[in-house]
Amino acid sequence: MARINGIEEATDGMTLSELLEKKGYSKRFIAVECNGQIVPKTLYDSYEIQREDQIEIVQFVGGG
Amino acid sequence: MYSLTKKEIEAMLIERHTKPVYEKLQKAKVAIAGLGGLGSHIAVALVRMGVGHLYLVDFDKVDSSNLNRQYYRSCHIGVYKTKALKEELKEINPWVDVQTNCIRVTEQNAVELFKEYPIVCEAFDRPAEKAMLINTLLFQIPSIQIVGASGMAGYKDANQIRTEKVMNRFYLCGDQKNGIETGDCLMAPRVMICAGHQANKVLQLLLQEEDNE
Repeated sequence: MARINGIEEATDGMTLSELLEKKGYSKRFIAVECNGQIVPKTLYDSYEIQREDQIEIVQFVGGG
Repeated sequence: MYSLTKKEIEAMLIERHTKPVYEKLQKAKVAIAGLGGLGSHIAVALVRMGVGHLYLVDFDKVDSSNLNRQYYRSCHIGVYKTKALKEELKEINPWVDVQTNCIRVTEQNAVELFKEYPIVCEAFDRPAEKAMLINTLLFQIPSIQIVGASGMAGYKDANQIRTEKVMNRFYLCGDQKNGIETGDCLMAPRVMICAGHQANKVLQLLLQEEDNE
């Protein structure tokens, strides 16, 4: 079970890209942190989520 | 027109904020990326507080459509925001060091632009640009702290706007929900509240050496 934005979820065998897709995030508008480190977008496809991972996903909305 | 001397402003800020606060803020360097409704108001708040060194980055000119929420006046229409805002800031405190750069921030130039600044305020309009700046700077500059914003459109309850430490070295202000995508307009009160949150988080980072949760 990894923690995604503070909530434990089953992510067995999933890559970060698969998780983001499943949760409906739009890759252009997000930043992802894994265990305190930002994950570059080039690694989303290859990074396989580990059991103890703490993942934070922020999706931005427009306006400023 | 009355112009304050450096000594007069110093004395006023020390009387208001105490000397230790004045000295910390006077040495501080803060960058602001985007000079719209958020960035212009963040800059004004930081200058009023006596933050000594500001770096303002924006490529755009003031447009009449900005006047509903941004810190500009009709005399600035057609003027680059970097120039217009610097003039306004100098009216508040002529002794603050204000550096400007009239350029569009990209994934390619972001590190070069901001690497000298320990604290950067993300104050862009578009979500893809917000994401680009956060991703690029957090990944490539190991010690940088970013205070960003997301969700300040419309006129729903202002108390929904909050400051949250969402990642290591990244603080996010806003309701994280109400963007222009929902059809809500950007209006002065919530934009100014969000800018106030950002400026206040910057102050916390500057004045507290640890414990910024």
